[in-house]
Amino acid sequence: MAEEAGVFMVPQTVGSVLCCKCGVRMAPNAANMCVRCLRSEVDITEGLQKHVIILHCPECNCYLQPPRTWIKAELESKELLTFCIKRLKNLNKVRLVHAEFIWTEPHSKRIKVKLSVQKEVLHGAILEQSYVVEYVQQEQMCDSCSRIQANPDQWVAAVQLRQHVSHRRTFFYLEQLILKHDAAVHAIKIKQMDHGIDFFFGNRSHAVKFVEFVGKVAPIRSRHDKQLVSHDSKSNNYNYKYTFSVELSPVCREDLICLPPRVAVSLGNLGPLVICTKVTNSIALLDPFTLRHCFLDADQYWRSSFKPLLTSRQLIEYIVLDVEIISPEVNIGGSRYALADVQVARVSDFGKNDTIFSVKSYLGHLLSPGDYALGYDLYGANTNDIDFDSYRGLVVPEAILIKKSYEEKRQKKRGKPRSWKLKNLNMEVEESRNRVEDEKKNTEYEEFLRDLEENPEMRFNISLYRNRDYQPSEIASTVDGDFPSIPIEELLADLDLSENEDEDDMHD
Amino acid sequence: MATRLQFENSCEVGVFSKLTNAYCLVAIGGSENFYSIFEDELAGAIPVVKTSIGGTRIIGRLCAGNKNGLLLPHTTTDQELQHLRNSLPDQVVVQRIDERLSALGNCISCNDHVALTHPDLDKETEEMIADVLGVEVFRQTVAGNILVGSYCAFSNRGGLVHPHTSIEDLDELSTLLQVPLVAGTVNRGSEVIAAGMTVNDWTAFCGSDTTATELSVIESVFKLREAQPTDIVQDMRKSLIDSYL
Repeated sequence: MAEEAGVFMVPQTVGSVLCCKCGVRMAPNAANMCVRCLRSEVDITEGLQKHVIILHCPECNCYLQPPRTWIKAELESKELLTFCIKRLKNLNKVRLVHAEFIWTEPHSKRIKVKLSVQKEVLHGAILEQSYVVEYVQQEQMCDSCSRIQANPDQWVAAVQLRQHVSHRRTFFYLEQLILKHDAAVHAIKIKQMDHGIDFFFGNRSHAVKFVEFVGKVAPIRSRHDKQLVSHDSKSNNYNYKYTFSVELSPVCREDLICLPPRVAVSLGNLGPLVICTKVTNSIALLDPFTLRHCFLDADQYWRSSFKPLLTSRQLIEYIVLDVEIISPEVNIGGSRYALADVQVARVSDFGKNDTIFSVKSYLGHLLSPGDYALGYDLYGANTNDIDFDSYRGLVVPEAILIKKSYEEKRQKKRGKPRSWKLKNLNMEVEESRNRVEDEKKNTEYEEFLRDLEENPEMRFNISLYRNRDYQPSEIASTVDGDFPSIPIEELLADLDLSENEDEDDMHD
Repeated sequence: MATRLQFENSCEVGVFSKLTNAYCLVAIGGSENFYSIFEDELAGAIPVVKTSIGGTRIIGRLCAGNKNGLLLPHTTTDQELQHLRNSLPDQVVVQRIDERLSALGNCISCNDHVALTHPDLDKETEEMIADVLGVEVFRQTVAGNILVGSYCAFSNRGGLVHPHTSIEDLDELSTLLQVPLVAGTVNRGSEVIAAGMTVNDWTAFCGSDTTATELSVIESVFKLREAQPTDIVQDMRKSLIDSYL
């Protein structure tokens, strides 16, 4: 710069001239007219739209952006401002500097936006001018709302989840998983059926996403079909109804399984009797005598779909008489096991006769004489399984213990509410025919809740909420010695808007 | 008194005419309107001469002169030179000069005592100017523009310069020229002053786009309201009458 080079520069002050139109004193600019005269000469908003009609759907509060998109926006929001500016044509001729809303009555159906634009006029002077654009809001229902209005039960895709077992434990657990991951937010209707649940969706892609979600949390096999509903021959549009039939594997946690010979061999000669310890998108099997475990993928399982030998319905109570630990405690797949020789007697036999069983169990670290345990009674069981019969010379233990029972302690807590609760999907349930089924459902649900209390890893995937009605009483705190209960830190506090509790869970 | 007029629908009056205290040169237009307005104002006082320079009509920008003399570019033809010599009063020295910058009207701005010139003008030309026009020559710029002849117009009584001229520049020029100067515009905000108007000591002609404000500024800075042509010409007439007698 010349100044830095040491050249003496005279400081220049800008003089003032008279505006050539009105004679007011002003600093000279490119047009040599004061701003007011320039504005009166030139109107840069000429040719810009000042009046626009926009379409609004009153049901879902959306605005139409032609040809087809509906944009959801609140009044005086950023999205609405962007939408309004997009609807103006010719705005690329001027430069937009600022835009804001002018308040109008909410139900006046008018939206006013004040825009400031800049443009070059007359010899390079840039003029800035603001003007108001008025939008008239016309009501028109959007396509999805009109479809819903026409037929509220209209579904396009249905997912039928089925599991051919006699209990609903899996579905209780799945329900909680779905709630936690919001997988069924797009479902129009959820219906509880015999042996399963039906989900109805408005869009095929929602159904596909849901099926994929279920495939990630449970071993499934599925097939899909479609049915033609209508056909527009002029534009060649075909409307279908899609159905996805999803079958969950009948193998559940704590089931006793007798593996078919081929599967046993392919898994490295895993003893044909195994216990299923965990079911996610793969099945974890544990050999109770050797403490070997392995995993079966969904594909692998369905290639040789075997059914469980005994399910958890058939668990009976044993009383432990003696425990002798054989091997030290090990940690397999996250759970602790200790192999032990135990002497047990069935509670039904206890006191009546002397039937005692000496069995090997992996619950050595948990059991002590006098404890109760739940297990499968193979001594008295009558099984009807092809695979079981195909083994010749199979040594079958008389009992296999699965888990420790807390029944005694539960007696004391019976009737008292828990400190936590779960939320439910709003399903349509058919009216039950008789009381027996009702009671069966309630007991199953109760058992499911107990399972949750006992298994921290099961709780991992589920959201638990604090029960506001629960008052911890003095008595209960003293009894809770080694009774498994859920620590308060795991409970998610519900949101404070207590009257909106259900809505918060299912908001979309 | 300032008059507003147009040359064939163009408001750039200073391009097509040259006005001094002793004579007035006018371009040859399609109609006589331009010429007759000048005649109307000036007939009694000074000769109004129709001419072309180098075959062009932009005579205001090609020549520079005052009451003492007139300088013409090298593009002027011999006939035009002769015509001008014949038409103008005898005390006006008409001289054709060789200068690379041939648009003398854009490069030289003068009154009867002082001249401002383009900074790149030749030394000989500068001497010629001092000699023929009888003025003191200063090389200057106006508002950063080197074409001083276009961006300022001044007479013996006042001057108008480019509107973006800073106050320091204005003071400096005013000191050099010894006349009051004002920064302003002509022809509705046009910055090219000398192209939009032409002025002498008692009258001025502006383009018809000039607004009333601009006109009032021009009239006030060039002191045209009280001026009467007769006052100045009286001096000249005395000398004319003397020579007859």
